[in-house]
Amino acid sequence: MARYQQNRLPTGGRIDRGRRMSFTFDGEEMHGYAGDTLASALLANDVRMVGRSFKYHRPRGIFSAGAEEPNALVQLGEGAYSEPNMKATQVELYEGLKSESQNRWPNLRFDIASINSAASRLIPAGFYYKTFMWPASMWMTYEKWIRKSAGLGKAPTHADPDRYEHRYAHCDVLIVGAGPAGLAAALTAGRSGARVIVVDEQSEFGGTLLSHPAEIDEIPAMEWVGAVTAELRGLDNVTLLSRTTVIGYYDYNYLVALERVTDHLPPGTGGSLPRQRLWKIRATRVVLATGAIERGLVFADNDRPGVMQAGAVRSYINRYSVLPASNIVVFTNNDSAYRTAIDASANGSTVTVVDIRSSPRGELIDKAEQANIMVFRGSAVTAVQGRTRIRGVEIMRLNAAGHGVIRSSTTKVDCAIVATSGGWTPTIHLHSQAGSKLIYDESIAGYVPGDGVNINPHRSAGACNGSFDLGKCLQEGLRAGHAAASDAGHEGEMPIAPRASMEVEGPMRVLWTIPCKHPVGRGPKKHFHELQNDSTVGDIHLAVREGFSSVEHLKRYTTTGMATDQGKTSNLIALGVLSGLRREPVQSTGVTTFRPPYTPLTFGAVVGQNRRELFLQERKTAMHPWHDRNGAVYEDVGDWKRPRYFSTGQESMDRAVQRECLAVRNSIGMMDASTLGKIDIQGRDSAWLLDMMYTNAWSKLETGRCRYGLMLNEHGMVFDDGVTTRIGEHHYHMTTTTGGAARVLTWLEEWLQTEWPEKQVYCTSVTEQWAVAAINGPAARDLLSELTDMPLDAESFPFMSMREGRVAGVPARVFRISFSGELSYEINVPAHHGLYLWEQLVEHGARYDLCPYGTESMHVLRAEKGFIIVGQDTDGAVTPDDLGMDWIVSKKKQDFIGRRSLSRSDTARAGRKQLVGLLAEDPKQVLPEGAHIVAEVRDKPPMPMLGHVTSSYMSPNVGRSIALALLEDGRNRMGEQVSLKLMDGRVMRATVVDPVFYDKDGARARG
Amino acid sequence: MFLIDCPWCGVRDQQEFSCHGQAHIARPENPDQLSDDQWGDYVFFRDNPSGIHYERWVHSFGCRRWFNAVRDTSSDEFLGTYKPGEPPPVIAEKKGTGH
Repeated sequence: MARYQQNRLPTGGRIDRGRRMSFTFDGEEMHGYAGDTLASALLANDVRMVGRSFKYHRPRGIFSAGAEEPNALVQLGEGAYSEPNMKATQVELYEGLKSESQNRWPNLRFDIASINSAASRLIPAGFYYKTFMWPASMWMTYEKWIRKSAGLGKAPTHADPDRYEHRYAHCDVLIVGAGPAGLAAALTAGRSGARVIVVDEQSEFGGTLLSHPAEIDEIPAMEWVGAVTAELRGLDNVTLLSRTTVIGYYDYNYLVALERVTDHLPPGTGGSLPRQRLWKIRATRVVLATGAIERGLVFADNDRPGVMQAGAVRSYINRYSVLPASNIVVFTNNDSAYRTAIDASANGSTVTVVDIRSSPRGELIDKAEQANIMVFRGSAVTAVQGRTRIRGVEIMRLNAAGHGVIRSSTTKVDCAIVATSGGWTPTIHLHSQAGSKLIYDESIAGYVPGDGVNINPHRSAGACNGSFDLGKCLQEGLRAGHAAASDAGHEGEMPIAPRASMEVEGPMRVLWTIPCKHPVGRGPKKHFHELQNDSTVGDIHLAVREGFSSVEHLKRYTTTGMATDQGKTSNLIALGVLSGLRREPVQSTGVTTFRPPYTPLTFGAVVGQNRRELFLQERKTAMHPWHDRNGAVYEDVGDWKRPRYFSTGQESMDRAVQRECLAVRNSIGMMDASTLGKIDIQGRDSAWLLDMMYTNAWSKLETGRCRYGLMLNEHGMVFDDGVTTRIGEHHYHMTTTTGGAARVLTWLEEWLQTEWPEKQVYCTSVTEQWAVAAINGPAARDLLSELTDMPLDAESFPFMSMREGRVAGVPARVFRISFSGELSYEINVPAHHGLYLWEQLVEHGARYDLCPYGTESMHVLRAEKGFIIVGQDTDGAVTPDDLGMDWIVSKKKQDFIGRRSLSRSDTARAGRKQLVGLLAEDPKQVLPEGAHIVAEVRDKPPMPMLGHVTSSYMSPNVGRSIALALLEDGRNRMGEQVSLKLMDGRVMRATVVDPVFYDKDGARARG
Repeated sequence: MFLIDCPWCGVRDQQEFSCHGQAHIARPENPDQLSDDQWGDYVFFRDNPSGIHYERWVHSFGCRRWFNAVRDTSSDEFLGTYKPGEPPPVIAEKKGTGH
């Protein structure tokens, strides 16, 4: 069939007929106009079927004209720009747009999985739960098959080439929705001088007025919209955002909105603009004017392509100038759908109205009949002819109660579209997300906003407040805007509401399910309340029969409302059906929680500009440029980039580490230790603080001397360690682990500020102020003597002391402390001299075979010495005694943090896990870190476990592999053989030994 | 995302703060004289009310100072913030539904 926009009306609509655009759908080229959505352009070209359903693969067509669309999801674009699950009803047409249907294979017309539809009796609600439960090992196989047949489009395989950004904004009044109520609110709020942001989902303001012609103050409503928008645009205090959807309402009036900045342009043509912008808005007051969404009537086979919301059909006629068919059946339970009938008829369609009410009366019904529209009263559509296109419907009279049909009354009417209305559901999503209450309003059969909460002050106005009359929308909007601005401190004028004419509507009739010849859920026909997840009224009956009759259970069992449309057209119907089955009023049945996002958003928008180096900032030491030039391979420690090892080209990490470790013990090695946390502590009570924070005693430490300390938390568990040095009378220099620097500073400040505010101690982070080169090895003293005139002999500058002086001409603090167990000096200089110092040491170190080394060698060297790393050999449940470090716990001090916990029954008991050394049976094998030591080797878990390996390396200096482990009652197991069961099933054996493998008496460091 | 009134800096976004649990728990002055149970109460046990909760916050990415806050955990409404050492504000009890 040729496509020539055969359904386009000759005049009217908000499209630009001067800008014709070509696009493709499933490879077929068609045309539309600027101002079209993909959906309106497809309808203009008489495309009826646009996809297959999620579970049964039934043919589906366009159902709505907005964000609530459950059926018309398409794959958009190509290559890296490809994007699945786009709602055709929201995609603005652009030149060259490429779209494809989803959820079908091999093509839309012939879809193999549509066998699911024939077999639907075998796939009831909960089918997957019931069937694929057993055997559990097959789940992985089932899941792949299920996902393939239930696919929702394809994720692109290339990186996203688009740019996204975040923007923060503050305002006095945020107005969500720029229909009549929202614009009226914007007028009063804007004129008051308050800072106002107006956000609207559509490409142009007007909301419902874009689709439904009306008059305001005797001029066409869209002229009023134009005038209001122009006035607002002229106000400096007002920001207008179109193509922007508020997707979440969070605490303290924090709302997040997605602006589709260039999505309406061909991919990659946005220039300097981002594709999308995520707004994070903090508003003093919020006005919600989010409108209402029409729900359909639930009749037999109500999912056939061509069944549409009555309001959507009217929208396509009036806004997009598309008459979807020349013969239309309007099926309704209320007056509003008569407007669709009247407009369709006026544009040349043959229209039949089927109204379930036995005697509807009012202005709209009269107008319809004056237009010679046939009205079937007290009747229902009971069957739909045609699978991929509707050819006609069967109409029967309802019995008085509305739960059965009178078969003798059967009539058949030809039609290609069924425009259906089951009433309008206020869009209360954001109101509910704000934590506010909902009230069921029987007159509209829908929930309306109830009481709010203090932390999220907002008001609702217009249709989302249950007010569907245009005049009332305007009135409520003006009031809400005025009150919101006034609450925010901007008292404005309250103008007289403009006059709006709208026909008075009579009462609706609520029938949640429309009966047909067969009992619901039993016959061959399906009653879909939820189109996107293929959930039927029969499923609700089944769920209730099986005991899933609470709303929360029903939702999960039938997946109602769990699709990407979040049940915008289905939730209320499900509640209505459920309440009927439970024989209680709808409000007693309850309602599930509305959650963000209101409509799906891209990961790109969530990420914004926070990619790569902007996502996680890297910290680099002063010596980093040298490391870069000399083969450093980095490791991330906290946010720091630390050299892990220095590669000399093709060398593997293992070889490099062996080389570096040998150099430290035999000549000299140098490490960049700048990243170690450094805290400057000053004040009269500094020593008192150290006494409280560390397990050992500090008051008697002499100026210029260093001491190692263990810090516990109040549970008595090791929390951090490091060396602290007394710089002066009331002045100390504390070092912490690289990763623990911020945590320790916060810890000190917490105690000082909250528990001991009377103490005079001042803590300052100086980590970044000092650059540190640590030279380790027998030649360290000789090298340092070349660069300083400080006396370096063991008597003048003993182990565990600090001297201030100059090194390489630079003012320095030199700490004679050692983490390698070798003769070692840690030279601290102001950070801006760090690179110079390092280069001087490299230059002068050449004749001592100085070897730069990284963190991996540091780990091996300290493990050779049995020195712990907090966080690697400890895990938050390890006491000093567990580490064999009871020697560092003062027995004299009255108190320190964690002290009392050390004598608790559990911490003081014998046989706790203790730090030991392990030697693998095979000296060439390195035990895997984390490997479990088991009491008894069995074929498979569970096996009683005794502990685990915490550190494990190949040690060139010991000449074999070594390991540290935490082992139950470890110190009493010296010499014992233990077994380790590995992930891959292998078993390794090892001997328990002392954790110090090298230079047990520590002579080398003191030398 | 809360808005929190730091007693030193004023109203700031929640992401500048960290919460550190229940406030007004003084460290025992003589830990040695406490039984294991009493010490365990101090170290391990905290209230977890649905309703009024006095808690400690620190303005981590701001002034780095600690303060106390009263928050209704059922609504997340902050009913007041105050500096350490200051008396907590008097909060009217919620009206009961009974007589």
